[in-house]
Amino acid sequence: MEQLIIFIKKEFKHVFRDNKTLLMLFGLPIAQIILFGFALTNEIKNSKIVVCDYAQDISSIQITERIASSKNFEIKKTIFDKEQIEESFREGDVKLVVVFPANFHKDLNHFNTAQIQVIADASDPNTASTLTSYINNIVRGYQQELNMTSMGSIKIVPEIRMLYNPELKGSTNFVPGVMALVLLLVCVLMTSVSIVKEKEKGTMEILLVSPMNPFTVIIAKAVPYFFLSLVNLTLILLMSIYLLDMPMNGSMVLLYFVSSILILCALSLGLLISNVTETQESAMLITLMGMLLPVIMFSGFMFPLENMPVPLQVISNIVPSKWYYIIVKSIMIKGLGIMSIWKEVLILSLMTSGLLIVSLKNFNIRLQ
Amino acid sequence: METETVIKAVDLTKKFGNFTAVDNISFEVNKGEIFGFLGANGAGKTTAMRMLCGLSKPTSGVANIAGFDVYTETEKIKSHIGYMSQKFSLYEDLTIAENINFFGGIYGLSDKELKEQSNSLIEKLDLSKNANKLVGELPLGWKQKLAFSVAIIHKPSIVFLDEPTGGVDPITRRQFWDMIYDAAESGITIFITTHYMDEAEYCNRVSMMVDGKIAALDSPSNLKEQYGAATMDDVFYYLARQAKRS
Amino acid sequence: MRPLKFLLKKEFKQIFRNKALLPMIFVMPLLQLLVMPLAADYEVKNINISIVDNDQSSYSKELTSKILASGYFQLSGYTHSFKESFKLIESDQADLILEIPHNFEKNLSRNGFEKLFIAVNAINGTKAGLGGSYLNSIISDFNQSISIKASKNTPDLEFKSIDIASLNWYNPYMNYKIFMVPALLAIIVTMIGVYMCGLNIVKEKEIGTIEQINVSPIKKHHYILGKLIPFWIIGIVVFTIGFFGISWLVYGIVPLGNLFLLYAYLGLFLVALLGFGLLISTYSETQQQAMSVSFFFMMIFILMSGLFTSIDAMPDWAQKIAYINPVTYFIEVIRMVVLKGSGLVNITKHIFIMIGFAILFNTWAIINYRKTT
Repeated sequence: MEQLIIFIKKEFKHVFRDNKTLLMLFGLPIAQIILFGFALTNEIKNSKIVVCDYAQDISSIQITERIASSKNFEIKKTIFDKEQIEESFREGDVKLVVVFPANFHKDLNHFNTAQIQVIADASDPNTASTLTSYINNIVRGYQQELNMTSMGSIKIVPEIRMLYNPELKGSTNFVPGVMALVLLLVCVLMTSVSIVKEKEKGTMEILLVSPMNPFTVIIAKAVPYFFLSLVNLTLILLMSIYLLDMPMNGSMVLLYFVSSILILCALSLGLLISNVTETQESAMLITLMGMLLPVIMFSGFMFPLENMPVPLQVISNIVPSKWYYIIVKSIMIKGLGIMSIWKEVLILSLMTSGLLIVSLKNFNIRLQ
Repeated sequence: METETVIKAVDLTKKFGNFTAVDNISFEVNKGEIFGFLGANGAGKTTAMRMLCGLSKPTSGVANIAGFDVYTETEKIKSHIGYMSQKFSLYEDLTIAENINFFGGIYGLSDKELKEQSNSLIEKLDLSKNANKLVGELPLGWKQKLAFSVAIIHKPSIVFLDEPTGGVDPITRRQFWDMIYDAAESGITIFITTHYMDEAEYCNRVSMMVDGKIAALDSPSNLKEQYGAATMDDVFYYLARQAKRS
Repeated sequence: MRPLKFLLKKEFKQIFRNKALLPMIFVMPLLQLLVMPLAADYEVKNINISIVDNDQSSYSKELTSKILASGYFQLSGYTHSFKESFKLIESDQADLILEIPHNFEKNLSRNGFEKLFIAVNAINGTKAGLGGSYLNSIISDFNQSISIKASKNTPDLEFKSIDIASLNWYNPYMNYKIFMVPALLAIIVTMIGVYMCGLNIVKEKEIGTIEQINVSPIKKHHYILGKLIPFWIIGIVVFTIGFFGISWLVYGIVPLGNLFLLYAYLGLFLVALLGFGLLISTYSETQQQAMSVSFFFMMIFILMSGLFTSIDAMPDWAQKIAYINPVTYFIEVIRMVVLKGSGLVNITKHIFIMIGFAILFNTWAIINYRKTT
């Protein structure tokens, strides 16, 4: 036990002596939560659009005004020639063009029907369909008002309630995601590198020939990162709650408990990586090159998992941060208790114990 | 034969903050000489050597290497010297032949010279069977001999050796010194730091550094006589014990 | 130039001899490029709706079938109470709830006015916004059709309607992959550049071989070029494999613009990027430090580049950060040139900015890389 404490002290010293590594351990999560909490949003506002107005009559102008007054759109310019549409798109920032044909108002009055053309830059399909649907709603609203007088007075008023996130803030979705990402990757990276570094420098041999139990070496390596990660988690939570106004509707104890499982999982993964690599370079590249994108993609905070092809949905199940992300959302935002998330917690725990066993076993083999 | 000075240092000083690592040292080394640079750990040997190689800028003082100034002509110095650091610094993931080729190449040897040099070197070191082996797979002694050969591949006027024989077995050390003598014979000045006092005896002249200063400088026999010591070991102990900083 | 030749020979040998490194450069990124676009599908479809029909009238049934026929929604549950539906939201099985009140039809015909209750799980703002907006337009369509039916009784039919014909240019099938593949390719090139280049020089520092280089007469810029050129070439090669092998062959993305222009921009981007990697390595003493710093910037490069989320939607200060991120420009250019066929005129601004980055990073790195301490 005493040995273990001496060892853990040594590991803490390694960590605290290196300013740049400390920057990553603490600076990275803090900066990223702030940055992404505020900056990442899927809300679409002030999208630049172009109006191509052949009509220039009262109706086209009224609709254009409505579009301009919406917070979703910013009219970049008005053109009077279809030939310029393509050029507008090529410049890159124009997302949509609304075309009013000539005689728009006349058609609407005489024939009771007129047509608007909406051309979206669908190279980004999501923005395209969202913007098209916004335009749709604006035009429909206009149409409804036109018909107010003539229509029978039937009116359905949909009352929409936005649950959990009334302001539709991006951070509600992204903060738990970035939390999962940062906790997992930082932890994997630090553990794997710190062990491989000792291997590379030859100091691992010294430790292994010492009368110390090899598992003591491993535990000593893991303990500081475990605690640092908990500190990190606390910082992240404080910032999310006080700075980003994230709700904290569930049990803090439960959240810490589950986070500890994730951290353990990351530590085991780091250990596993350090078992199969010989140099720091490859340990880092495996983590950064191999894990960064998949973790972002498969956690579910960037892209809806249900959109993925089934094989990928299956793959996403082996990404621990996916389960953690679901759990964090459930606890923090929905305020659910263990009864509602025990399945996810169980899966994460099983994953962690599996990884831990495999990596410890591997480590043992390497010693003989 | 007229002696030619190839290293000349006057009041050379290097400070790191408040700490004076090298304190006003002055000395001269002649062409073809084997100059031993002795001192306890932390006495300032490596710092002094790094300044002479152009790796580190002196705080004050003057130094000329092969006629070039260490402040302004470091790049010229670099093509006239060879250097072997205490940390093995050939590429372990390249083969012997590739290392020779690479270092020869960056010192500007022509293809023909490279070929000749690399062949004769490999033969001399008796490595022909291993020429295509990665350097990382060689035993330490061979690595060191190879590193020395590579350090003088471009026939520099001076070669700086920073504790070249650390961790090497006695037989290999003897062979290493044979190589040093050969190099000195061919006119290369040898500037060597070492911890081994028997090696100090092989030098033409040695300087002893204590606390960043040169405490003694003479031939080994003169030094022993001066301090009334039987071996260089005793001279070293006598001087090193006067050190204030450890 | 001769020393450069030897430096390059050495770097290539080291890279191609490193059996752990090669798959990391060539296999892993390309594999990701192959798989990731399938995962990167942000198209909002299959919005799961849970309907609570308290009315069970012909109106409520008509509305329900309209919603389900629209193609936007998938029925996840037809429950008897809001509470039951809410459970479905809690367990993520439903994204929104539509509650049709008692006497919906009766009140509409009698009073001409009735409310509908919609509750949306808004944790994911986009899905919530879009789902709400789709549902809204279906309801207003429904409203219109029952109005017309009702007004059939009145003689003067003066109903005005505006048709919206929407066209989706550049990607008529609204395929999200077309949007993601080129950008992911850009990110992969970025990762290779920053990580490899950032780690490489530091590795020599840590092993000590850099000393041997520093005492040699090699010129600073030769050494740096010797480091940059191999990674520049590798970057181009990986891009080419990804571009032709995966983007074109597998995903069928035929570039509309000028390939020469694209490659020229890629070359320029790589110079800037490698300069950045170099800069990191000149500031780091150990690989661990270099990695920490490059990881930090890589996260920003990826998440603040408009790769996943639109830059327009960011707050002003975040947009400023996005626009000092070189990757943003490369992603914009690759999307513009490949998907929209933008030409030199359209990307002139991008070119000048990238030249600026290239000069800035490389000069800074060269100044900061010292052979002497």
